[in-house]
Amino acid sequence: MSEIDPSLAARRVAVRNPRGRATKPTTPGERALAELKEQTEVGEVLLRSLTRAQLMLAVRIFAVFGFFLLGLPALFATHPRLADYRILGLPLPWLVLGLAVYPLLVLLALLYVRQAERNERDFIEFIERS
Amino acid sequence: MESPVVLAAVVASTIATILIGVYGMRVARTTSDFFVASRTVRPMWNASAISGEYLSAASFLGVAGLVMKYGVDMLWYPVGFAAGYLILLLLVAAPLRRFGAYTIPDFAEGRLDSLVVRRLATAFVLLIGWFYLLPQLKGAGVTLRAILGAPYWVGVIAVGALITANVFFGGMKGITFVQAFQYWLKVTAISLPAVVLLFHYHDDGAPRLTVHAPPTFRTETTVDVRVKARFEVDEPTAVRLRGVLDGTRYGGPDGETSPVTLAVGEHSVAPRTHITFPAGAAAPHTVGQEAASGHTWSRPFGPVSGERTHPLFFTYSLMLATFLGTMGLPHILVRFYTNPDGRAARQTTLIVLMLLGAFYIFPAVYGALGRLYAPDLYLTKATDTVVLALPGRVFSGFGGELLSGLVAAGAFAAFLSTASGLLISVAGALAQDVFKGQVKDFKRGAAVAGMVAIVLGLGVERFDINLLVGWAFAIAASSFCPLLVLGIWWRGLTAAGAGAGIAVGGGLASGAILITMLARPGPGWAEALLGQPAAWSVPIAFLTMVVVSRLTARRLPTEVGAKMVAMHAPEALGLGRNYRE
Repeated sequence: MSEIDPSLAARRVAVRNPRGRATKPTTPGERALAELKEQTEVGEVLLRSLTRAQLMLAVRIFAVFGFFLLGLPALFATHPRLADYRILGLPLPWLVLGLAVYPLLVLLALLYVRQAERNERDFIEFIERS
Repeated sequence: MESPVVLAAVVASTIATILIGVYGMRVARTTSDFFVASRTVRPMWNASAISGEYLSAASFLGVAGLVMKYGVDMLWYPVGFAAGYLILLLLVAAPLRRFGAYTIPDFAEGRLDSLVVRRLATAFVLLIGWFYLLPQLKGAGVTLRAILGAPYWVGVIAVGALITANVFFGGMKGITFVQAFQYWLKVTAISLPAVVLLFHYHDDGAPRLTVHAPPTFRTETTVDVRVKARFEVDEPTAVRLRGVLDGTRYGGPDGETSPVTLAVGEHSVAPRTHITFPAGAAAPHTVGQEAASGHTWSRPFGPVSGERTHPLFFTYSLMLATFLGTMGLPHILVRFYTNPDGRAARQTTLIVLMLLGAFYIFPAVYGALGRLYAPDLYLTKATDTVVLALPGRVFSGFGGELLSGLVAAGAFAAFLSTASGLLISVAGALAQDVFKGQVKDFKRGAAVAGMVAIVLGLGVERFDINLLVGWAFAIAASSFCPLLVLGIWWRGLTAAGAGAGIAVGGGLASGAILITMLARPGPGWAEALLGQPAAWSVPIAFLTMVVVSRLTARRLPTEVGAKMVAMHAPEALGLGRNYRE
């Protein structure tokens, strides 16, 4: 059983070289990568473009989610007659809160995952081309 | 309920849990195995484990009980429990995994280079972890009472000791397998009886639940009152009784019963009293809480409005606590570290949402049908046990016992898994920050954390399960949510800002909850604001973090830029590095 003190191990920083080469960046793609890695101003701008895209995506998904979920209590409070509607034999509030919410959550999550991965692929492509 | 089949089912689920833990233990060999399961866990396994760990006594028993008592409003609890993972996915999952932080204190220290903030975060991990352990142990106490008739403390000590031993010997590798197994056990245990119950309801002519009348006994029902109970009757009811009612003994020594008419108003009965209600009699209800007609019960802001001064505020504040609190639960975050990379962390969260959604459509079935088939639970204030009781009420004979055994095994799985996960987090925090961080320290942490939880668990019998859970979420949302969200997305966060935000937000939320627990403020805005604080404590925490960070903007942590790259750049670029490996 290895007895490495995890708090020491925690301070150990993995030194990794992208693509296993230690030479100076030559192609444009490697230059952009180096900018990111060295945290130059250019690198920071590059990264900001990604984080901004991801954050805006999160905000958009959240807006849809918020429109439905945060709106519901207010809607039920101001329109109590909604509880009289029945679909498939279930009163509307029960149908929405007991059943329909969950596929909506999964759908939003699925949309988010797909778009977030697309943003990252675009970013990689952009770095490699620039 | 006291049937050998039910007991056998609980014992079998417990033994299976221990065996899988032991099997896992043989795989766990090194320190890193113990702490992070070597980060080799696949999304499907990991998602099952997260869901298994997450579906606690509050989800398995509490939600159905609340729905039975208060109606559709209580469905916001499971919706919030699930939606918390969407927020976690949007803001936290992938970047946090890429950062390589294993726990929230690790993240705090790595991101902000501050040991002070780390210690503060550890204090809140312990607070939230122990707070969340209490309702689990309470669930264990009341379930063992319902299954075996054992006193409350037996369940708390037995389950507390069991999980402590399991964590002590198994480490986390074992727990990952155990937790994944627990999810599938729980989802089977809740869904199969629910489907059978729905078929029965259909064959029964699908009686409407939304009628303008309080719940009634559909058939002649004998209620066996085990704990001293007080209840209220709204119309004179002729019953047969054996035992003690309002201080007078009725019935004979050989089990004979006497006819009694329960007058309108309050009554109290001694333990071991049997009351037989005729078919069609209205069910008595808890003192002070009006008997909700099916019509009110089925509508938003129904019976809950009678107890809460501002039900709309309560709903929103609860939503905020559950949406934002999930990411701050100490036992959940740890599981994200066992994903191989950021992409896997996202996949895992997506699968978790599917697994939780599949589970959460069932508790409401028990809550609604309980109103129809087990209205005596209103009288005995035992609506929390409706999931356990319902199969036995509806089906007699061996089939009923089998279904009862299945739900009992599921309930047991619920506390075992959540309590184990919490215990690991608390033990890990103690091992890393209070002791020295080696395998034996983790074991020492597990023993200490388990014993503290058992002692505290013995004292919370009078508090409602879901209320305690909701409060743990509120504290997490007011302390760790701002730390994670701002730490991941905002370069300007400073150690002073983060520390101040955690202390102010978490402190205010904890204080409000303590006041509610100890002083019980009367109806009005004070009760509403203190009883469910997230709606104001979360914004205050965010605001404090931003303002104090601005004021101390000259003391930014080192390498903020590199840390942002590590959190947000895709792994394919090869730029990532674990700040806490």
